[in-house]
Amino acid sequence: MKLSIKQMLVSAVMVSTVLVVSGCNHDDDDAPALASYEITLTNLTNAQPLSPPIWVFHGDGYMPWQVGVAATAGLEMLAESGDSSSFGTEADAHSEVYSTSSSSALVTPGASMTYTVMLAPQTDLQLSLATMLVNTNDAFTGLNAVAIASLGSGDEQVIYAGAYDAGTEENLETAATIPGPAGGGEGFNAVRESSDQVTMHSGVVTMSDGLSSSALDQSHRFDNPVARVVIKRL
Amino acid sequence: MKTSHIAASALAISALLPVTASAQDLTVQITNLTHGIHFTPLLVAAHEAPTHLFQAGQSASANLQAMAEGGDLTGLEVDAIAANATYVANPAVGLLAPGMSVSTMLDTTGTSNRYLSVVGMMLPTNDGFVGLDSIAIPSAPGTYTFHLNAYDAGTEANDEIINGGGMPNTAGIPVAPGGDGGSGAMGAAGVDSNTMVHIHRGVLGDTDASGGNSDLDSRIHRWLNPVAKLVLTVQ
Repeated sequence: MKLSIKQMLVSAVMVSTVLVVSGCNHDDDDAPALASYEITLTNLTNAQPLSPPIWVFHGDGYMPWQVGVAATAGLEMLAESGDSSSFGTEADAHSEVYSTSSSSALVTPGASMTYTVMLAPQTDLQLSLATMLVNTNDAFTGLNAVAIASLGSGDEQVIYAGAYDAGTEENLETAATIPGPAGGGEGFNAVRESSDQVTMHSGVVTMSDGLSSSALDQSHRFDNPVARVVIKRL
Repeated sequence: MKTSHIAASALAISALLPVTASAQDLTVQITNLTHGIHFTPLLVAAHEAPTHLFQAGQSASANLQAMAEGGDLTGLEVDAIAANATYVANPAVGLLAPGMSVSTMLDTTGTSNRYLSVVGMMLPTNDGFVGLDSIAIPSAPGTYTFHLNAYDAGTEANDEIINGGGMPNTAGIPVAPGGDGGSGAMGAAGVDSNTMVHIHRGVLGDTDASGGNSDLDSRIHRWLNPVAKLVLTVQ
């Protein structure tokens, strides 16, 4: 499957301020008060657009990835192509997941994406988030089961997120294997690299640093953190 | 159907936390954790919630640019005074070399300055700086440790050419204080893709002291975050 990052870039420009908030469309006086959360993701890299992010609200027992463990098929697809649909299907099928939300727009370097969601109160409420660094083979960033239940109204939590390597695709950096604008190559490929485990990412080498077959240059290098997430309970 | 449609919009972030602290005596110790990068004079400021010396994802102010490109704190000090901040400029009285620490004190008694920010240029870089953006100062007495990252002001191409250029909108790096820079480089990079303040991608450098793309030495001047440690003691 080949994903058109270019198409996503176009939609990123077109998406402006449309807000559709889920839930809360009935007037049941007996229902518990819903809690509103505003979540802002900022891309802190120089030249790594972030694929349309997916947010998962869940309780204890769901973890979207673990270092040292093979990525799920959904995470593999997200980290190699930027397509979060399978990741979302896996989350929706998990008994501890309350809701998922996904965007259709990229978060370009320096840009922020904010969305607001209303949720029924849960004492074990946690947030996970995933998005691909698209000018890489299989790098992603996000949140892994961050507890947010203790946030009171007006509280906010700021989290700086590092880059992970899904460990599902060799970091060749060739144009044919980089789906982002730096390569325009293949996204998802079901073949897995031999190590096949999630780790922290070691960064990209690039042609500017001697990897002549790389489609990347010095502008695509990154250091942690690569993203900032501000979680605010309204 | 669990999936909800969400919306995306660019929004400024207001970092408002519940105000619980009362003003207090603070000691701030900053250590340069890098292998080969000097910090120019640091600005250490306690201030109120709406004040920011910089914000990632936002454009650098002209005064932040002057600091990041040339180490000039003059404009940011004016900003700090205007914001009624409690601040110390240049606690190390000059450069803070790799591995070195400096301590300074802030007395915020009688103020509402409950947030702490720090900036200082990293040399040799074009517009890199060590930064801490507005952390809430804990109210309980104790010792608190923070790790600081390297930011790129997004205002100057990271050409890595050491030519004395330190004024805003003047290309080039002022100096390599360690005496370990090269000369004659062609230039390592054009303008930043991200022109907002962002996490610095690191310098490239090379091993050609009299040419190549960069006047920086890739064996000496590279770093990984964090680049500084800050120990905050609340009396």
